[in-house]
Amino acid sequence: MVLALRARSDGHDRFVSTPSQDPQSRPDAIVVEGLCVDRGGHRVVDNVSFTLRTGEVTGLLGPSGGGKSTVMRSLVGVQVVAAGSVTLLGRAAGDRELRPHVAYVTQSPSVYDDLTVAENVAYFAKVLGAPTSRVATVIERVDLSTHTKSLVGRLSGGQRSRVSLATALLAEPEVLVLDEPTVGLDPVLRRDLWQMFGRLATEGACVLVSSHVMDEASRCDRLLLMREGRLMADTTPSGLLASTGQDSMDAAFLALVEGDAS
Amino acid sequence: MSTTRTLATTNRVLRQLRHDPRTLGLLLVVPVVLMAILAWILSDQQFDRWGAPLLGIFPLIVMFLVTSVATLRERSSGTLERLLTMPLAKSDFVLGYAVAFGALAIVQGLVVSGVCFGLLGLDVVGSPWLVVLVAVADGLLGTALGLFVSAFAATEFQAVQFMPALLLPQLLLCGLIVPRDQMPTVAQWISNVIPLSYAIDATQRVTTEASVTVEFWGDLLVVAGFAVVLLALGAATLRRRTP
Repeated sequence: MVLALRARSDGHDRFVSTPSQDPQSRPDAIVVEGLCVDRGGHRVVDNVSFTLRTGEVTGLLGPSGGGKSTVMRSLVGVQVVAAGSVTLLGRAAGDRELRPHVAYVTQSPSVYDDLTVAENVAYFAKVLGAPTSRVATVIERVDLSTHTKSLVGRLSGGQRSRVSLATALLAEPEVLVLDEPTVGLDPVLRRDLWQMFGRLATEGACVLVSSHVMDEASRCDRLLLMREGRLMADTTPSGLLASTGQDSMDAAFLALVEGDAS
Repeated sequence: MSTTRTLATTNRVLRQLRHDPRTLGLLLVVPVVLMAILAWILSDQQFDRWGAPLLGIFPLIVMFLVTSVATLRERSSGTLERLLTMPLAKSDFVLGYAVAFGALAIVQGLVVSGVCFGLLGLDVVGSPWLVVLVAVADGLLGTALGLFVSAFAATEFQAVQFMPALLLPQLLLCGLIVPRDQMPTVAQWISNVIPLSYAIDATQRVTTEASVTVEFWGDLLVVAGFAVVLLALGAATLRRRTP
């Protein structure tokens, strides 16, 4: 399994500097204040506020239908927002200047089924202005080097989502917004991807990963728990276990939900 | 707007088609078969009257369908949303498609015209190349219309329904079935503002006039103008933010 990371190229146009060891001194990458989103006449995101720093992997967790994807769409600027402000790297979400620096992976793989793996990644590389040499690099990172000439439509679900993920790594983005990138993947690959997210963060990116599988929470530096459109907790894995007095993430989440309901 | 990104999109769309040889085959074979049937059932004189205008209508219909379904697929698969979070101008996307399908319209126009003039014995008074030119302009118009209406279609079913809704009325009112000056007054007014009337006028000039007239270029310019305006509207109606 090859998921080795290449060092970030020097001279790459960057908004943020290399993170220091002290978490408090790292710059804020994402600032969300009072975010509200209405879809189909319902409030699906209700007054959500959080701040994410560079150099951290944050898990956005909670049951499906809880508003995780809508928050992520708001971050990348494709969601019509009812109220609140979303700022990335000091600019309003969706700002033209942000587009090369923010990578987004949608929940269902958004790649072309009727193109090969290499053709897909090469097209997105051109759109992002990434050098052609990055194509092979990112395909190797998601362990699809043996499938570069396969049509994406003929790949398994897990392989297709890895193609989608590969395109997000092309431009060495400062902010990665990944909507359930590990769903349907085998445990080995999931572990490797989470290691990669960690290394991307160490190199100075702000990584936000959503999941409805609570055991993935332990792999994150920070946790945001969402349910029914509201942010239930903004904590750390150890903080969540300590505050609920549980010894597993699943149990901790259930305790939180039941405590909230009563 | 960026030429690199526009052409990358064109290249990508053409590669997608290359992986779909059946669609490509249908695009080229179906119009040829239809023209052959037409030549078979009509007398030579009738074929000369109907052949050239219909030569222009096939690319219009086919390109309309292919483009509207292709862009709709791009919406439903999430690739459009993802592209719109990237540094891709909306005009890069629309022009990329227009160039790809425009190139396809040229190939289709050349193949179908080649068969009609070379094998089926179609005769026009003017230059056959002008008929090809009108066919290509019609193909571009179909692409532009398809890109534009896909913004208003939420499903493939709806997109396909736009064909009879937008193209068939034009077919009835463009002067192909009844000469435009013999229609009821209101029908003539409508006929004056739909692009297909000008496409049919242009081909009818080639079938009856030996020299290229200013009126011919005027008609062609109107068809091209409609295509450009619809492409611009197609780009303008793309929304980065959706509810």
